[in-house]
Amino acid sequence: MSVHVELRRGAYHDSVSLLQVSRAVAGAPGVEAAQVAMATELNVDVLRGMGFAVPEEAGPNDLLVALRAADDDGLAAGLAAVEDALAALSATASSTGADDEVPPATLGSAVRRSGAGLALVSVPGAHAVTETYDAIAAGASVMLFSDNVSVADEVALKDAAAAADVLVMGPDCGTALVGGVALGFADVVRPGPVGIVAASGTGAQQAMCLLDAAGVGVSHCLGVGGRDLSAAVGGRSTRQALRALAVDDATDWVLVVSKPPDPDVLAAMEREVEALGLRAHWAILGAGRPDLTAAVEQALAAEGVAVPDWPAVLVATDAPPRPADAPTTTTTGSLRGLFCGGTLAEEAVLVAGAVLGPVSSNLGHDPEHALGRGLRAAGHAVIDFGADELTRGRAHPMIDPTLRMERIAAEAADPTCGVLLLDLVLGHGAHPDPGPELAEAVRAARATARAAGRELPVVVSLCGTDADPQDRRRTEATLAEAGASVFLSNAAAARHAAGILGGAR
Amino acid sequence: MTTPLRGLLTTDPVVATSGVALFADALRDQAVPVLDAGWHPPPPGTEGDLAIVMADPRRVSANAAALARMTAAEALLVDVLPASQALGLERGTFLHAGPPIEWERASGPLRGALVGAVLLEGLADTPEEAERRLAAGAFDLEPCHHRGAVGPMAGVVSPSMWVYAVRDDVHGNTSWCSLNEGLGKVLRYGAYGPEVIDRLRWMGAVLGPILRQAVRSTGPVDIRAIIAQMLQMGDEGHNRNRAGSLMLLRELLPGMITADAPASDVAEAVRFSGANEHFFLNLGMPACKLATRAAEGIPGSTVVTTMARNGTDFGIRVSGTGEQWFTGPANTPQGLFLGDYGPEDANPDIGDSAITETAGIGGFAMAAAPAIVRFVGGDVPFALAATRRMYEVTVGEHPLYQVPVLGFRGTPVGIDVALVVRTGDLPQINTGMAGRVAGTGQVGAGLVTPPAECFTAALTALARAAGS
Repeated sequence: MSVHVELRRGAYHDSVSLLQVSRAVAGAPGVEAAQVAMATELNVDVLRGMGFAVPEEAGPNDLLVALRAADDDGLAAGLAAVEDALAALSATASSTGADDEVPPATLGSAVRRSGAGLALVSVPGAHAVTETYDAIAAGASVMLFSDNVSVADEVALKDAAAAADVLVMGPDCGTALVGGVALGFADVVRPGPVGIVAASGTGAQQAMCLLDAAGVGVSHCLGVGGRDLSAAVGGRSTRQALRALAVDDATDWVLVVSKPPDPDVLAAMEREVEALGLRAHWAILGAGRPDLTAAVEQALAAEGVAVPDWPAVLVATDAPPRPADAPTTTTTGSLRGLFCGGTLAEEAVLVAGAVLGPVSSNLGHDPEHALGRGLRAAGHAVIDFGADELTRGRAHPMIDPTLRMERIAAEAADPTCGVLLLDLVLGHGAHPDPGPELAEAVRAARATARAAGRELPVVVSLCGTDADPQDRRRTEATLAEAGASVFLSNAAAARHAAGILGGAR
Repeated sequence: MTTPLRGLLTTDPVVATSGVALFADALRDQAVPVLDAGWHPPPPGTEGDLAIVMADPRRVSANAAALARMTAAEALLVDVLPASQALGLERGTFLHAGPPIEWERASGPLRGALVGAVLLEGLADTPEEAERRLAAGAFDLEPCHHRGAVGPMAGVVSPSMWVYAVRDDVHGNTSWCSLNEGLGKVLRYGAYGPEVIDRLRWMGAVLGPILRQAVRSTGPVDIRAIIAQMLQMGDEGHNRNRAGSLMLLRELLPGMITADAPASDVAEAVRFSGANEHFFLNLGMPACKLATRAAEGIPGSTVVTTMARNGTDFGIRVSGTGEQWFTGPANTPQGLFLGDYGPEDANPDIGDSAITETAGIGGFAMAAAPAIVRFVGGDVPFALAATRRMYEVTVGEHPLYQVPVLGFRGTPVGIDVALVVRTGDLPQINTGMAGRVAGTGQVGAGLVTPPAECFTAALTALARAAGS
């Protein structure tokens, strides 16, 4: 026999509600007698009549909870029923939907009201930290699309997230795929066994599209922010993502995609993977490392998947690629790469640089070959139009291509431009149908050059899938028709463009 | 083993969004449930302080502690006694509502009430003399809040006035509030004519002692329990106290009618109390003060512990910054006017009664009191929306104070400075309106909000405290 009598000071409920509570509790398994009531004189008499010892200090404004059960389990069940029934008394608001009439005023409120497990933050950078803390405190993981978040803030946010067992994907995280849902800029790929951890937005998109073209699907793509594998951030989110994917039933193996990482952090991640018993493959950009396409090919081979011929359309009018050991080029001019995707631009610099020698860029890694404020260089150059300084107060070039379009026209009129290398990224979040517009620009550029007596080859790295809202195949045809060579593999596109210039060193 | 990342990879995603609408649309296109936060930027220059305060690792637990203390605080009416005894108030010292202020900057109603109090204490023979002495700095002025007390409207308390003593045994605090004078020409609205002074003398000589006998004979009265019930009877506890006043009278009546006093005095005390529909306000306020006082001084907490006005300035104090006031010019309420009075007759916001909103009732419980719109303006949907909006700027819901029409949801409680600044939604206050000219009395009732700069200034101080 177990008995529980409890006095809750000042907890007022009306008698009809408490009758319902008492009935619900009395019906709980193992409960022999139950009464939940305000401690009025009458109720106290009733309870004493039922054999309960009511505390002397009980007054009419106090709530009495009295239970008798066969054993402790019954008592626990009864007490749980009390809590449920009391909670239900004030929970009717949500069931009537009455709360919906005032919209949420903060992200934390939106998370709590919707029960969201994930928050997508894309406010201007100065406000992103506040929004992210709010979501973490409300218990949601965060895809942090915003950029201009300091490293110190990033570290603190990721520590707060880990303490709350949620993940911060970002900052500056453009791409994620969680449970089949595409967030930010993301391609529509088939579901499958590969979990992607990506410290790179367009790098992840490239990897997903290549896998999709090989018939291999993706379980989740967890972006971690481009700096996650830096020494300062130390792989904080990567570690959390790897641990979650290691126990995820939908994930068989993992592909880690990153911009050039800190070697010590990378080594630590490799040890982490080993400790978790994860099958992981690495697509890590950097000098002397395989490009993303080669890394994906190696992963496929290791997993016993046949590597397909990556989709490519070569335009006949292009000068034929020369062997890499050709002594000189007959094509004058330089490579000009105009990119929307930062990782794609970075890969293009690495791939083309290996063939052509130094390539200037605004990527910020190589001060010796940095483009100045005017973003002009006499020789080979690659520009990332998604860089912070080119998106302040502007939408990302994947949404608003204006700046790049202007530059395409400028390059067409520039006699030092020997080949134009462009990327185009499809998928959710991107321009709804960018093909025709870019095709028009390609056509106009080639015409401008031709009018000046030049042939201007154009190579497009087209990252997307046939299931994307913009349809990769249709977009590819539109661009090819305008005279561009089109590649799914960004590395192949860069290599092709460099080859057109004859691999001049 | 628990699912990592709270089941992020194994549950169908539901996404909350803040920022670019395109991304929310892209999710809706994928048939994902999306709730957008409708983000808009906070006032320029606040983003840095916000980020620091939001990053303060103490914030979440400190605010949870503030909420827990605020809602656990008791409020038992234990005694009625002169302010000289209760507050140790010395002759020549006068308490007033709101943040500190000097005579030069004091508004009409506060000046009027101070003049009346000086006359009541016999420190001047004429209003003119009282004014002269006040202007000359002959007396000490001090906020009620600095002594743990609260006063409605002008909130002037002098040593011979009687006050209620309300106890919170959970946190070991006591708060005090003067006895309500009723409506019309009354000191708290700045009136100081002979009938005002006569009434105050009668309250000290007759009403106070009878109420003291009643309280002492019937035992402590649980004020929180009355608030919980009055919210279910159409009161919001600031500008509508009808049910609460009747319940209070029900508690005190047996002790009043058996008090050792002439029958005519008892009859007049009962009539006076029963005729006053704001009889309860002066007990609801100290009960709320005890709640907010329990939440004071928690490092890292961004919860507001005081909102008060002196007719010139609106001031707030915050748990994490202790005693410091953050002030701005008081707004003038918008609402309905008595008789021939109009907006030009209204004084800016005045009184400690915004302690009710600070503790989660009053304007915050407006949904419980739809009838109030006939008194303060607005319509019933506004009353419902007012409470719902306040959930967006508070840290929790009151477990005892519930709103029937919202499915007995607890009232929004614990105003969060960071949420107010982020959303730009200022606390909703229901209030009476005093006449601008000293001696006028009440001219109407309406709705008002604090000036936003109180909150941005508090945020800066919180950020400074978090950064150190």
